Amino acid sequence: MSVAPALNMAGRATIDGTAIFGPLSFVAPAGEWTCLLGPSGVGKSTVLRLLAGLGDEVLFLGEASAGDGASLCGRVALMAQSDLLMPWLDLTANVTLGTRLRGQKTQQDRARQVLERVGLADHAGKRPNALSGGQRQRVALARTLMEDRPVVLLDEPFSSLDARSRALMQDLSAEVLAGRTVLHVTHDTAEAARLGHHVLLMTRRGITSVPPPDSPIPRRYDAPETLEFQGRLLRMLMEAE
Amino acid sequence: MKSTLRILAVTLLGLAGWQAVVTWGELPRFILPGPRLVFTTLWTSRALIAEHAVVTAIEVLLGLGLGAAAGFASAIALAASPLARSLLRPMLVFSQAIPVFALAPILTLWLGYGLWSKVAMALLIIYFPVTSAFFDALMRTPRGWLELAHVMNAMPGRILWRIRVPAAMPGFASGLRLAAVYAPIGAIIGEWVGASQGLGYLMLLANGRAKIDLMFAALIVLAVLTLVLHAAVDTACRRLWDG
Ligand SMILES: Nc1ncnc2c1ncn2[C@@H]1O[C@H](COP(=O)(O)OP(=O)(O)O)[C@@H](O)[C@H]1O
Ligand SMILES: [Mg+2]
Repeated sequence: MSVAPALNMAGRATIDGTAIFGPLSFVAPAGEWTCLLGPSGVGKSTVLRLLAGLGDEVLFLGEASAGDGASLCGRVALMAQSDLLMPWLDLTANVTLGTRLRGQKTQQDRARQVLERVGLADHAGKRPNALSGGQRQRVALARTLMEDRPVVLLDEPFSSLDARSRALMQDLSAEVLAGRTVLHVTHDTAEAARLGHHVLLMTRRGITSVPPPDSPIPRRYDAPETLEFQGRLLRMLMEAE
Repeated sequence: MKSTLRILAVTLLGLAGWQAVVTWGELPRFILPGPRLVFTTLWTSRALIAEHAVVTAIEVLLGLGLGAAAGFASAIALAASPLARSLLRPMLVFSQAIPVFALAPILTLWLGYGLWSKVAMALLIIYFPVTSAFFDALMRTPRGWLELAHVMNAMPGRILWRIRVPAAMPGFASGLRLAAVYAPIGAIIGEWVGASQGLGYLMLLANGRAKIDLMFAALIVLAVLTLVLHAAVDTACRRLWDG
């Protein structure tokens, strides 16, 4: 993996003349985990899609770039709310999808390693349909690791999981994605309080940075400072509307 | 098991109804022969019927195979290239304005009275349903998969073959299921227009000689042939793509 760059974004976006988000600006510091927290419909996914080079339908006036000035193309991995696993491929083939789509040689050994890393090595030959929702999201995480990109964009990847699987996924992700620049879109204040080195609150009025506790991530879900910060985030969300 | 019983029950009920109509309607046997007579004829003429059924089965299978291949290739060409779409799609729609039935005499003229004019009929009749079912599925790849591929810097050809085609196979399968039912229709029409073999030919022959029981026997064999073909295609598709 090359050195992780910071992410800079400043500008506003419209689709067919309708404003999606505002003038806004933020920085996601290099090699750290930034949570972009906000209610549904404020344009969080659109922000991510623009950084990922998607969103041809969006008219974006501004800049979405890497802090080192180089292009983001080829340096970004994306994990969405849906796991986007291919039901006709087994787990190993799903994890190595990127190499095959690019016409590169698949690295079976590394595929095995990343599946081991997310605790699914024993299931390597199975199809996604044979797995639970939590396991499927772990395969998606393994696929993201396999891509080995310095920037990882997460669009509410854990929001459809039950509370226990979600907490486990949060721990695992914080561990395996450490050192990369992570921009994590979420509407869950508890999740932002656990995972963000930086927490950006996105409302219709724009983005404000809310400093989280100093403790390392993933923060304990029941630690007083985590709960206090979570409460503060929720209050700010409530007062923003 | 339950569905087998249900099919059996429906079949028996149908036969009973048929017999009832014949008995109480006092229909002459050259209008509607009873099931007993038809099944007797089916048994006594089994060699004759089997000989013609094999010919029809070969025509249907060849038409199905070639039509499915042609539909598969056309749908992919349409999905892969906007140019092909703009050129071929109006032609495809226009071709549907011509009833395939009306082409049967021309095909017989061009391809002769043998096997190939019937294969061509079966092929033509299934080509459009297969192409359009598969093409629609190819154009409806879930957006998330395409975006994932884009972020992974995929090569366009690989997106087609590794994501869009496999994702569209259930659509191809539903086209094939329709084709399994349509292909025999094509072959029979071809045989009606001009043939010296096949179940369609046998039915015309029996009709001309007022052997209505033989006509019905041939019809039953044709229906069974179609059902078996549909079941086989359905099972194969399920095994390959749905399960
Ligand atoms: N392709 C689109 N066409 C029109 N409106 C869209 C499109 N995509 C998103 N929107 C609108 O933009 C707004 C923000 O969407 P999104 O970025 O998905 O928000 P979030 O992820 O914060 O819930 C929503 O109101 C949504 O309806
Ligand atoms: Mg969203």
